[in-house]
Amino acid sequence: MTLNLQNLLDFQNIIDALQWGSFYALIALGYSMVYSILMLFNFAHGDIFMVGAYIGFGIASLLVGLTVAGSLALPGWVILILTLLGAMCLTSIVGMAVERIGYRPLRDAPRASAAITGLMIGIILEQGNLILLGAKRRSFPEIIESQTFSIGGVDITNIKIMIVGVSLAFMLALHLFIKKNKWGMAMRAMAFDYLVVPLMGVSINAIARMTFAIGSALAAVAGIFFGMAYPVLEPTMGIVYGWKAFVAAILGGRGSIMGACFAGFLIGFIEIFVPLVFPSTLRDLIAYSIILLILVYRPHGFFGEPYSAKLRL
Amino acid sequence: MLLSVENLRVSYGKIRALHGIDFNIEEGEIVCIIGANGAGKSTTLRAISRLVPVESGTKMTFDGNDLLDYAADKVVSKLGISHVPEGRRLFGNLTVMENLTLATFARKDNDQIQKDIDRVLTIFPRLDERKTQKSGTLSGGEQQMLAIGRAFMSGRRIMLLDEPSMGLAPLLMMDVFRAMKELNEEGTTILLVEQNARMALQFARRGYVLENGELVLEGRSDDLLNDPEVKKAYLGG
Repeated sequence: MTLNLQNLLDFQNIIDALQWGSFYALIALGYSMVYSILMLFNFAHGDIFMVGAYIGFGIASLLVGLTVAGSLALPGWVILILTLLGAMCLTSIVGMAVERIGYRPLRDAPRASAAITGLMIGIILEQGNLILLGAKRRSFPEIIESQTFSIGGVDITNIKIMIVGVSLAFMLALHLFIKKNKWGMAMRAMAFDYLVVPLMGVSINAIARMTFAIGSALAAVAGIFFGMAYPVLEPTMGIVYGWKAFVAAILGGRGSIMGACFAGFLIGFIEIFVPLVFPSTLRDLIAYSIILLILVYRPHGFFGEPYSAKLRL
Repeated sequence: MLLSVENLRVSYGKIRALHGIDFNIEEGEIVCIIGANGAGKSTTLRAISRLVPVESGTKMTFDGNDLLDYAADKVVSKLGISHVPEGRRLFGNLTVMENLTLATFARKDNDQIQKDIDRVLTIFPRLDERKTQKSGTLSGGEQQMLAIGRAFMSGRRIMLLDEPSMGLAPLLMMDVFRAMKELNEEGTTILLVEQNARMALQFARRGYVLENGELVLEGRSDDLLNDPEVKKAYLGG
């Protein structure tokens, strides 16, 4: 075990950490938004990330295939935009269906019932995928040709820069939406006091539906970017990354949008930097021990409120 | 008849809160329901706003529409029934302006919205001074003003007011009631429920007395103020 200071400061590692942080943050936002308005964790959300990745895989494979075959002549960035938009739309429909079928009938049921429903929906999505596409791993097509830039002796790929940049842009857009838009305002109001929201002429169901749609769309973005960075998809991918993003949502403070982003990136950094100091086989053990320790001393997370049942965006 | 309620029954679990009450309100009236804590006053307003389910046999019509056909948000956005809930229930994480704006969520008449916001800020100049402040930081009186202003923005055929005098110093209370009177003169019908029976009966034209989920008395406010039973039970002798 050698501690190499040069490695720690290597920009390569920082951009890797930012990339992983982007995945976790984008997924964690879905957990946090839903929690903030409905006080429940959507445990199917990791599998919605998986569904988003597969839908993106389907659209991208089709478009790339058609382009290679010569029936379409689309540049890579157009395929990327079409893949993102298509997958965001379709995955948000899946998210809205999960809300309508799985959670709305349980709105007034004990929270444990809703949590178990989420786990069951997750299993249905995984098994559905297995039946539909088989257990074979899929490799995500190359949408954009990877180019490596050398900046000051550090090699970075255009894909990593794009992933981090676009992810941050989505987070900023979400922030502005919640701050400025009347639907975002309604979400904040619902996070504060769920019961009187209808008295404003606002439909709770409409806000819940929209929140699931946005969270699922962001998970689809994470899924596509994950596929572009680590091009192997499997039906169980939602479990491991979903749980890690859930940890980010808790670490950020339940229901906090800002917290979910911050903790998502923090986990990215911990996961990348721990193996630089410790053996990489111990990565998750040590990384999550650190997070456990943070939670022991800060049980409500970074931006959550202590001793309060009501949490805010 | 603007609002007519027949045989209104509401239960919370096995406990029945309202045992089938009947009352009605004409357009432009100010009507109050007085009663002790736990008599079912808030439940009555929540039932009209469709926030609590009613039992079968209940009939509620508003301006010719069956209220039971409307979900809680549509009662506000389609019928113009606004509700100032008990304890104000402002969105403390939103600013004063955001609270007022959110109440116009379903409205499409943008020109009128701006005029209405200006109107609220004229009636309550204190709110104008605190427009960008989080509503959670307002004083009790200012919060009540904002709660009424917010209801005014959401719909104004009728305003249901739940204990607007609660926790207010007498002078502030007078301000709040004066503002409500102004809104009424501009055409908003008012249904007020109050524990402060004297205040309510001085303000309203007619009143009902609610006891343990049943309406036991009704009449013109002057008559109720002089009724020996009402005097004994609600006006302190």
